[in-house]
Amino acid sequence: MSEHIVKSYEDELTQLAAEVARMGGLAEAQVASAVDAVARRDVALSEAVVGRDERLDLLEIDIEKRCIRLIALRQPMANDLRRTLAAIKIAGNLERCGDLAKSIAKRALVLTETEPVTPLTRSIERMGKLVADRLREVLDAYTTSDLSRATAVWQRDQEVDEHYNSLFRELLTYMMGDPRTITPCAHLLFVAKNLERIGDHATNIAEIIHYEITGETIAAPRPKGAAI
Amino acid sequence: MQMTKNVTLARAEALPDHAPIKINAMGINVFYGEKQALFDVSIACPDRAVTALIGPSGCGKSTFLRCINRMNDTIVGCRVDGRIEIDNEDVNLKSLDPVVLRSRVGMVFQKPNPFPKSIFDNVAYGPKIHGFASSKSELEGIVEHSLKKAGLWGEVADRLHQPGTGLSGGQQQRLVIARAIAVNPEVILMDEPCSALDPIATAKIEELMDELREQYCIVIVTHSMAQAARVSQRTAFFHLGRLVEAGTTEAIFTNPTDPRTQDYITGRSG
Repeated sequence: MSEHIVKSYEDELTQLAAEVARMGGLAEAQVASAVDAVARRDVALSEAVVGRDERLDLLEIDIEKRCIRLIALRQPMANDLRRTLAAIKIAGNLERCGDLAKSIAKRALVLTETEPVTPLTRSIERMGKLVADRLREVLDAYTTSDLSRATAVWQRDQEVDEHYNSLFRELLTYMMGDPRTITPCAHLLFVAKNLERIGDHATNIAEIIHYEITGETIAAPRPKGAAI
Repeated sequence: MQMTKNVTLARAEALPDHAPIKINAMGINVFYGEKQALFDVSIACPDRAVTALIGPSGCGKSTFLRCINRMNDTIVGCRVDGRIEIDNEDVNLKSLDPVVLRSRVGMVFQKPNPFPKSIFDNVAYGPKIHGFASSKSELEGIVEHSLKKAGLWGEVADRLHQPGTGLSGGQQQRLVIARAIAVNPEVILMDEPCSALDPIATAKIEELMDELREQYCIVIVTHSMAQAARVSQRTAFFHLGRLVEAGTTEAIFTNPTDPRTQDYITGRSG
């Protein structure tokens, strides 16, 4: 695409996208670290994730301010308007991902005080990796404006749902088998639910990218696993 | 063949709004001497709506506007071919008197151009020469009605016999709009009506357009993208004498299909 005649406008849009990418990188790292903290029962890492969440909040506020400024001072049109709106919406989704990662990290802290339920922790880890991958994929799609990659993430949300459903059944089985596991399993259930929501945010972001690039919302209903 | 295709497009293109077509231009070519200014332009403008014509300077949008009320007839060496219909009637028919046409198709220019006469006479002039008023009181009624429609009555009611040129720029522009309305037109053409006005006067004209479009077909040429976005329901983008893209204003400003439109409205060099 050709450049704006007004250079500073072009720069502002470029910086906005860079900030969103930076925020995305941080959110992605937070999710991955939170899952690691659960898997490794790592107190220090959990606390680090909780402590870093504020940076995401601040980045969201910063991106919001940039967008408001752009709309007020530049009156973006067409693809620029879509870029600006996409940035603000993606930042909102990333901030939610950060909150969910923080919540996972807090549960990781509690889990270090209970007996480990190793096989379940492995399942959570697998789901966590899957979700973190989705988030990375969709953010790569954002930075490269790659419609087909964004659409691929959108189409594959079902896998995350399926993982969540099977984890849910697995957790129930454990809790019924040995009531002493109820406390850690309940926490793991929340962790799984949070991961599933992060997956939803990744698909939301994919939808936003689709709109940003094409100007059209995705028409088809999203493939979904059975809800629990 | 090409022309037939464009004609079909122009007719089909205005349909989604379900608005009746007021102006239908088909395959318009305009030449100034040897130089061709418009190339095969086909566009339909719906009634009771504002159509904005946008594009860089020299793209032919004003030339096109002038075709609608045959203002190009007055330019030596200017030749128009193709067909423009208003209510399915060819405006270029030799039997159609351009003066009658221009009473049906009013025009407002960039620079307000009131006659060097009183406010009253500015508005009364058209109805008088067209014989629209049979009595003085009827004429006064037309003047009051037109000034009210143009949103100027409250500001000038007590000084109708002072010169129109003594008004502020924004008021003068509303005065010439009142003058256009006074002859009961069907179409109002506006060529950058706000480019000489401050933001408040501009807002008043824009509000006026919004009211007038309930009754008239309005076509406006503007260099302000924001203005086109604010006031029009349909937007047409001209570039180098060609109509590049026309559609609903919302579609043009959120998701234009042609990269040239995209570059122009977003301020890229293209």
